[in-house]
Amino acid sequence: MQRSQREKVYKALLFCSALMALFVIILIGGFIFKEGLPVFMKYGFKEIFWGTEWRPSEQLYGQWPMVLGSIYITLGALCLGVPLGVLTAIFLAELAPRKLVSLLIRPAIELLAGIPSVVYGLFGMTTIVPVIRAISKKVPAYAEDPLLSTGYGIVAGAIILSIMILPTIINVAEDAIRSVPQDYKEGSLALGATHWQTIYRVIVPAAKSGIMAGVVLGLGRALGETMAIIMIVGNSPVIPHSLLSSVRSMTGNIAIEMAYSSGEHTQALFATGIILFVFIMLINSLAMFIVNKEAG
Amino acid sequence: MIKPQKTERVAKVVLWTAAMLTVITLVLILGYIFLHGFSKLSWEFLTTEPEAMGAEGGIFSSLVGTIIFTITTIIVAVPVGIAAAVYLCEYTKNGIITKLIRFGTDALAGIPSIVIGLFGFAFFVTLLKPLTGGWSLISGALTGACMILPTLIRTTEEAIKAVPASYREGSYSLGATKWQTISRIILPTAMPGILTGVILGIGRIVGETAALLLTLGGSLFIPTKLTDPASTLSLHLYKVAMEVGAMDVAFGAAAVLILTVLFINISAALIMSLLKKKTIA
Repeated sequence: MQRSQREKVYKALLFCSALMALFVIILIGGFIFKEGLPVFMKYGFKEIFWGTEWRPSEQLYGQWPMVLGSIYITLGALCLGVPLGVLTAIFLAELAPRKLVSLLIRPAIELLAGIPSVVYGLFGMTTIVPVIRAISKKVPAYAEDPLLSTGYGIVAGAIILSIMILPTIINVAEDAIRSVPQDYKEGSLALGATHWQTIYRVIVPAAKSGIMAGVVLGLGRALGETMAIIMIVGNSPVIPHSLLSSVRSMTGNIAIEMAYSSGEHTQALFATGIILFVFIMLINSLAMFIVNKEAG
Repeated sequence: MIKPQKTERVAKVVLWTAAMLTVITLVLILGYIFLHGFSKLSWEFLTTEPEAMGAEGGIFSSLVGTIIFTITTIIVAVPVGIAAAVYLCEYTKNGIITKLIRFGTDALAGIPSIVIGLFGFAFFVTLLKPLTGGWSLISGALTGACMILPTLIRTTEEAIKAVPASYREGSYSLGATKWQTISRIILPTAMPGILTGVILGIGRIVGETAALLLTLGGSLFIPTKLTDPASTLSLHLYKVAMEVGAMDVAFGAAAVLILTVLFINISAALIMSLLKKKTIA
């Protein structure tokens, strides 16, 4: 074979490999929609998405309890994780002694990101869940309700999830803070502002959109988390009416029931997958939009 | 009015507290898992097969499953990932196809593993059943490969971008073709960076559970071929904790998992620091 021909073959092979990720994402979307759409078609979008009853044995495939469950757990995780994550990011970018960062904090964050989610789940179900159960047994309003005093529920899930999204938020927010031009900081300090005034009036506003991108990515991560959640939130497919309610997430619905489902029930689980897929695509597009707007 | 100096001091305390809280959380989790898991760790625990649905005996079969699953996934994903990164770095002009490819890679990185698992179930387990044997090691590995592909592409791209332009120019000026330059100059120079990416990919795949729940089969037996169902440590941990209620085995498996992740992070960091020393020298 000629040398130039061989070069062309290599190039074509590399091109095919590069297309693979795009190909896979199209396949993922295609298969999930192909399997899940029939249920939407048969019962109507409204009945499936906003339906409040999930009883597959009676052909009731309402997804709303799981959608709400996912939203509550995720919002709870953000309420706890965002302040801690952003403050840690500011600390890393502005205050931390370099040795402390490279020897302790950075490895700690990497390890937090590397701990498998089942381990977070095991930790949560043997520490946080019993503590919440003990507290709720002491509150008369909750102690009588067997559904609210198990410890498994939104609060426990949100606490564990907030730890799991910390690395994402910290890494993205820290990058954003570090990329604020040095002149801004120097200008502010030269005008006599203290370090903290500079941080919260100059640096954080300048890094705002990057920090937002970190929060949105953390949101996506929280929404897609599966294993830790199913070990902690109780998994009742009902509309939650209290922060201590046992809930089920969209991810959990798929993971728990897939093994023993068949026929239309399986298709309904793919319908959950469609909703999750669309949510995630929207959230990640939002994050990309924020980052690109920043880049100009 | 509160003095700025006072606010400054309070703010510093708050920031220090936040960062230390992050570290303390990690220490608490690790400490708790090891406290409960270390007593279970023994050579016997690692090398005996599970009994009574995993409530007794060891974790040998899931250990074997983890190793074979990880190796298969890496063999499938790494060549594609490296080739894709080479194409994106060395061949592309910023056209619409490149933009599409980048969009696909970014989007794939954000897809939750349970959704990739659903796809793996519909495609590898159900549609390709005659080839993959349904729930099996190979179905799981192909699904896992889809998951780590974006990570591999991104880290390899970074490594290739870090190769100085003068290397390329030197190679071309000696009359080497593009492919020769890539295969003999660029890839060898970028290898430590690529290796770090592969190790991080292994870290991600070892802890993965949700996608495997739908594709790997979760068998308690040692797989003898790629079309056999299997289990991994993390999958086994989930089953014994949630379905069997054998917490001691779960903690033992968790301790092994964390030690594995620690080992992976440390080796990645070592390679990175070696790489830095080399570039400075």
